[in-house]
Amino acid sequence: MSLREAFDAGRFAVTAEIGPPRGADPEAITRKAELLRGWVDAANVTDNQGAHVRMSSLAGSVLAMRAGVEPVMQLTCRDRNRIALQSDLISAGAVGIPNVLLLSGDHPRFGDHPDAAPVFDLDSTQLVRTARTLRDEGVLASGREIGTRPGWLVGAVENPFAPPRSFRARRLAKKVAAGAEFAQTQYVFDVEVFAAWMARLRDLGVTEGCKVLAGVGPIRSLRVMEFLRSGVPGIHVPDEVERRLRGVPADRVADEGVTMCVETIQRVAAIPGVAGVHVMAFGYERGVPGILERAGITPRPAVSMEGLGHAG
Amino acid sequence: MTTNDSWPRPFRPRLGARLGYLLHAGLAKNRLYARLATWLERRPRAYRAFTAAERVTKQELFGCRMCGQCALPATGYTCPMTCPKQLRNGPCGGVSPTGACEVHPELTCVWVVAIERAEAAGHGADLDMLHRPIDHRMRDQSSWVNYWQGRDDDLWTATPLAGRELGLTPVGER
Repeated sequence: MSLREAFDAGRFAVTAEIGPPRGADPEAITRKAELLRGWVDAANVTDNQGAHVRMSSLAGSVLAMRAGVEPVMQLTCRDRNRIALQSDLISAGAVGIPNVLLLSGDHPRFGDHPDAAPVFDLDSTQLVRTARTLRDEGVLASGREIGTRPGWLVGAVENPFAPPRSFRARRLAKKVAAGAEFAQTQYVFDVEVFAAWMARLRDLGVTEGCKVLAGVGPIRSLRVMEFLRSGVPGIHVPDEVERRLRGVPADRVADEGVTMCVETIQRVAAIPGVAGVHVMAFGYERGVPGILERAGITPRPAVSMEGLGHAG
Repeated sequence: MTTNDSWPRPFRPRLGARLGYLLHAGLAKNRLYARLATWLERRPRAYRAFTAAERVTKQELFGCRMCGQCALPATGYTCPMTCPKQLRNGPCGGVSPTGACEVHPELTCVWVVAIERAEAAGHGADLDMLHRPIDHRMRDQSSWVNYWQGRDDDLWTATPLAGRELGLTPVGER
């Protein structure tokens, strides 16, 4: 079953993440895909995540499809102007990638090429609008018509935890007004703040037009917790999480982190308007099925790669 | 005086937002200004002098980068082109818990400032507008002339927040 079918059927959707390798080894994608296959509706293939050079998300998405996992191709505004962005969106349609996720992207300052030019010709909201116009009206940002239209679903992201918090629901509302059909969030470690954000989305009518997937993931060591707290922009790890992880013996931190992730999935699933979860388990893909199983999420029906592709 | 072509850094405006809205009322498009704009565009030296005056003023007050399609009236008079990602539709997800810019942690995110200023001046609803991509050919042009000539009428459009329909309709007069 595809992500689109899960949304249409109103079934709790599950996505995960596949980070492409730094290198040309296709097996690196295949290995991760095999760990996730049958457990997720789709997996994001990241676009030079953290501004570090990797295999492209387009190639990674093709490899994931070959390995039987439906991709969500991430595409950022960081490295491409509007010509290259639209070209990659058309290419994604041509090879049958069924979902794209459009983001601003981390600034190159934090990557492995801090000397690179930051592009940011469009912002993420403008890219969402451009993608929808491309797909639904068959025209480029220039107004020029394209031939065959791509058929992907259009996704966006939001971080409910970053200031100004009062604006975060409205920011997603803008992206949905621009054409986003689903959204994934930054890691949810503070369920109460997330629930308040969801309530605001419901008030704005956003959840009627957009499927919201809560971002979750296990913190499996104190080192990772520290990294998330201080090394990654925009992640909010509340004190309560730190207390729990520090409160167990060193050899049980990983288990406790996984347990907390399971609990978070169960808690967000109970919030009205939450359409699913997006599990980010950097380097712990093998643990994703176990986390889902413990959270009471059953394996997905068999993925069929038929019918993916052009919407006509 | 040349364009500020260094990489963008968050700039905290030196002019109060309320004063910005007030000044804008004085600069609002009318037939007189449209005629002045047309006159300026026929005279390259006068246009250059006028544009230089605009540049100096707006650089000093708002950190203006002369994109030529001014967003200030819709952003609480806080320039989004001073955002390191030049985002025109609101803050990125990397704003620190204290409201600092992810790229320049010693500076406050321009969108945090913009939202504070717009809301304090009673213009919070402006922030729901969708801003279209900028036209890079208009760089270094006078945004006042472009505005008086009606060239940036569709720079931003009302977001159908409640309506949820995707059609975007120009707001028209600002």
